[in-house]
Amino acid sequence: MNLQFLSKKLVIAHGIEQMNKTNSFRDVAVVSVASHQTKILSEVNEVQLMANLISKCRNSIGVTQEEIGFTCSGSSDFLAGQAFSFVHTLDSVGAFPPISESHVEMDGAFALYEAWVKLQIGEVDTALVYSYGKPSAGSIIDVLATQLDPYYVAPLWPDCFSLAALQARLLLEKGLTTFERMSEIAMRSQNNGFDNPNAVRTSKDISLENLMNEPVIVDPLRTSDISEIADGGCAVILAAEDKAKSLCERPAWIKGIDHRIDSHSLGVRDLTGSPSAFLAAEKAGRNSDRLDLAEIHGMTSAQELILEKEFSLSEKTHINLSGGALAADTMMASGLIRIAEVASRIMSGQMDRGLAHATSGPCLQQNLVCILEGK
Amino acid sequence: MTEADFSPAALSEEVEIPESISGLEPVRSVRTPIRLVYDFVPSPSVQEYLRSYSERKILGHRSPVDGAVFVPPRGVDPRHGVLIEESVELSDRGHVGNFCVTHLPIPGRDDLDTPYVSAWIHLDGANVGFLGLVAGCDNDEVHIGMRVQAVWKEQEELGNTAENILYWKPTGEPSVPIEKAGNRAWDRTNE
Repeated sequence: MNLQFLSKKLVIAHGIEQMNKTNSFRDVAVVSVASHQTKILSEVNEVQLMANLISKCRNSIGVTQEEIGFTCSGSSDFLAGQAFSFVHTLDSVGAFPPISESHVEMDGAFALYEAWVKLQIGEVDTALVYSYGKPSAGSIIDVLATQLDPYYVAPLWPDCFSLAALQARLLLEKGLTTFERMSEIAMRSQNNGFDNPNAVRTSKDISLENLMNEPVIVDPLRTSDISEIADGGCAVILAAEDKAKSLCERPAWIKGIDHRIDSHSLGVRDLTGSPSAFLAAEKAGRNSDRLDLAEIHGMTSAQELILEKEFSLSEKTHINLSGGALAADTMMASGLIRIAEVASRIMSGQMDRGLAHATSGPCLQQNLVCILEGK
Repeated sequence: MTEADFSPAALSEEVEIPESISGLEPVRSVRTPIRLVYDFVPSPSVQEYLRSYSERKILGHRSPVDGAVFVPPRGVDPRHGVLIEESVELSDRGHVGNFCVTHLPIPGRDDLDTPYVSAWIHLDGANVGFLGLVAGCDNDEVHIGMRVQAVWKEQEELGNTAENILYWKPTGEPSVPIEKAGNRAWDRTNE
């Protein structure tokens, strides 16, 4: 067993145990965010993109890398087509003198979770989290097929949108949604994304009729029901307690964060729901009556509908003001961007309390929910 | 309920094959071929670097922080995480900063006789080294600090690639003292 890995696990286990004993969590907040999404990243590579975003994120609150206690990133070698690609991207951080650093082969939202745990342990007061993806370099449907069960499912190479279409078909056949409802979600995304410079597919005046007349791509999903794949990245800085207050006038405090997983085997799941999303939101303390906004991460309109139901979101809550992942979906960063979107609206004083959601795996298999508040 | 036995002996116990499949040859492995195709487009700075090779030029990137020069250019100063935009043309001469003698063949490189010498080449004007093959002398003669220069392909064979340099050969100039050989970007103070 890799000793470094073992010791990391033990430290985390020890830290959580300590927190349980005292029943008190440290107050941790998002204090700075920066993100960029575009259809195809061509002028710069991922390293240059992240150097830009990380600098922006640090400079806007006046911290240097030396003042960051822990750095954690999320990216995928399968997406980059390069082994240990995240090591290259550390060039964008300025990892000299040597830094305390970690990486997850997951969306940056899960890297943020690791950083949050590190901050709970209490050894550091600040953390830099970032993630990025450049799906335009390869075939995302093939890349995502490799995450499936290697014996029974992966050899069939089902593409991610077909799997999501099976989910949508079940919803329709069981009478849990309609084509019209799905198109309404697609329209919401395009309308909301109009003012978001990172949104790729937007329109101010697209009609429901237009959307419902779009050709079916993977039956029953139409073009606008499927997320618009985009290149990009996101950087976030977390800080604890007084440090957060000194860095940011109005930090976005993490009131709860939780990550739950459904079975890897698609056949044993009821794909019309996502129990892990429900549970993650419950454990994070969603309190849906008091949610001003929610940023939910689904790769289809049907998945957004499932999530709205699992989170019991009502008309009181503004959903995906950014346009969501439907408007621009950057594998490995879409989840972290959801957190950044909620946090920036709280930090600006525009909103008080929000839910940010990130997903991973096929058909909403893994779900992370983060509740943010301006206090 | 008794506690599960996870001792190595318990785990290595013979597996009992069910009657229904006892006569069949066991499945010992499953092959799931994976083929992923990427369309890699180098960033403009990398393209500039690759194109310059076709003119027998080697480009580096100069840090805006302290002027340290990195080769190959990656568009960032990895010590500070800042973007670099200034390219500089480097000499095709330098010294061996470190080396190793390799006795294993490289798959697909039948032209390369073993043992060969892989070296960290430190170009004049650069503050970090990059990888190269040293030849044109006995392997025993290669040493840290040895001055070398690029041996380029013939003009008509040049392309947008680092493969244009066949190997690095000794120049015969006096060697760089060992204490001054190798990477200098990480120990220099601001100049």
